[in-house]
Amino acid sequence: MTSKQSRPAIAATGLRKSFGDQVVLDGLDLNVRQGTVFSLLGANGAGKTTTVKILSTLLSADAGDVQVAGHDLAREPDAVRAAIGVTGQFSAVDNLLTGEENLLLMADLHHLPRGEGRRRAAQLLEQFDLTEAGRKPASTYSGGMRRRLDLAMTLVGSPRVIFLDEPTTGLDPRSRRNMWQIIRDLVASGVTIFLTTQYLEEADELADRIAVIDHGRVVAEGTAEELKRRIPGGHVRLRFADPQGLDAAMRVLEQASPDNDALALRVPSDGSLRALKTLIGRLDDRAIEVDELSVHTPDLDDVFLALTGNPSNEKVTTR
Amino acid sequence: MSTSTLTGPAPARLRLHPLRDSATMLRRNLKRMLRYPSMTVTLVGMPVVFLLLFVYVLGGTLGAGLGGAAHVGAAGGRAAYANYVAPAIILMTVTATVQGTAISIAMDMTEGIITRFRTMHIARVSVLTGHVLGSMIQAVFSLAIVIGVALLVGFRPTAGLGGWLATAGFLVAVTFALVWLSVALGQVSKSVETASNLPMPLVLLPFLGSGFVPTDSMPAVLRWFAEYQPFTPIIETLRGLLMDKPIGNNAWIGLAWCAAIALGGYLWSKRLFNRES
Repeated sequence: MTSKQSRPAIAATGLRKSFGDQVVLDGLDLNVRQGTVFSLLGANGAGKTTTVKILSTLLSADAGDVQVAGHDLAREPDAVRAAIGVTGQFSAVDNLLTGEENLLLMADLHHLPRGEGRRRAAQLLEQFDLTEAGRKPASTYSGGMRRRLDLAMTLVGSPRVIFLDEPTTGLDPRSRRNMWQIIRDLVASGVTIFLTTQYLEEADELADRIAVIDHGRVVAEGTAEELKRRIPGGHVRLRFADPQGLDAAMRVLEQASPDNDALALRVPSDGSLRALKTLIGRLDDRAIEVDELSVHTPDLDDVFLALTGNPSNEKVTTR
Repeated sequence: MSTSTLTGPAPARLRLHPLRDSATMLRRNLKRMLRYPSMTVTLVGMPVVFLLLFVYVLGGTLGAGLGGAAHVGAAGGRAAYANYVAPAIILMTVTATVQGTAISIAMDMTEGIITRFRTMHIARVSVLTGHVLGSMIQAVFSLAIVIGVALLVGFRPTAGLGGWLATAGFLVAVTFALVWLSVALGQVSKSVETASNLPMPLVLLPFLGSGFVPTDSMPAVLRWFAEYQPFTPIIETLRGLLMDKPIGNNAWIGLAWCAAIALGGYLWSKRLFNRES
């Protein structure tokens, strides 16, 4: 990022929202830097969609201050709308219109001159691999095509902040990878992406920062690596050339447990340099030959389950 | 500028363009109608079927019962009845069209595109005005067909050019009012099915008025309702304009109803559209 101190693309403090006596957002704080991908990660019902709805002016918050693209959400919703683009969970395309007509409709609503609108539509169709399908009604599109058209429509107005609410839910793996590449390209062009997902892998792949929310509150925030480091469960895996080495190591390292590989050991460790030095020192002292050493940090699955504290809850999906 | 505000004039990007956005939405709705012609056909078909049923199946007998006219047999009765029922069928064309409005609004609401419009910097009302204008154009089209069929089956209006122009103007007012009501009904419906049923009373009201038989042939309670419900003065006005007969104060009562329905429908629609989902 540039060294220039830029104001955040999204800044929310103390965001609250209840529907009746059901508290959905319970004092949510968010800070999203410009030109980054920020991922809101949570199970179904954690408050992701409600957050997107509030940040995109669809819902008003009960309490809290929000600035989006430098505009106060409550006082200048129109200025916010002019700066954002939203691709929601459910496709927001006109099924009776063709892909091209959908894009031209957006161009007209953004008051682009006719020629420029046509050029922009053609360029987006090309970019999203929809040129061939451009003249067919959107109702005939596959899930992946529809999602691409949906995002293309969001881009017609060149938004500075884009909200993507579960953009790959229900897509096949290939379409999902396509969508990821599209998102990476978007960020490279300087826009800010606010992404919600229930897929840990997706947050890991795309996000510069991740906020894990549970019961309407951020329970952890940081880069994927930072989050993983917060969680115990990391270990060092040692692989030996022969059973003698393994036995010798077993005698030295009392915490070690056998790995599923017959000649390997798992030693609990936080993976820090100091811990590794100690471990290697002890093995060296006894002249134990190690074939291979690898450090395993917990993946986001571990993080998520540890943070939301409900491992039996099957709502989180990893693919 | 004689006044200055703290924030200054809104940048060009922030200015709203309700007329331009409405025109865009109108184009969208006309395209949708062309892509989904079966709805338009159904909406025009219903009044035509009613017209044919009433003129050819019931007309002979009903016409003979109209009174006033000398008894000239079933054929004469049918001719008299065609003239009597045509204004009701014309009104029914409008109510059928606005039933279509409610359906297409509800279809829109169940699709995500309206959510997209809500997050965009556009004049919000244009989403609704696009539907209103589209339905009015559809109504003109349907009315032309239905009036054409009515003329073919024996409707013989005696109105001159002035009468026809007044009829056209009056029908525009009626359509405008009922379309706004339907825009609200379409939004209040949770599903497309509800939206197609909710405006049903509008289709039935001409029956409970002076549309198909004179109200003085009805039992007392029904007659009271028939005489005071909004469709009776509207039908009487159309009848008077088309058949060149005295209208009395029906036109003003009818227009007052239209104004009230249009205003109520507009305010209700706006409120529904701005509610949070």
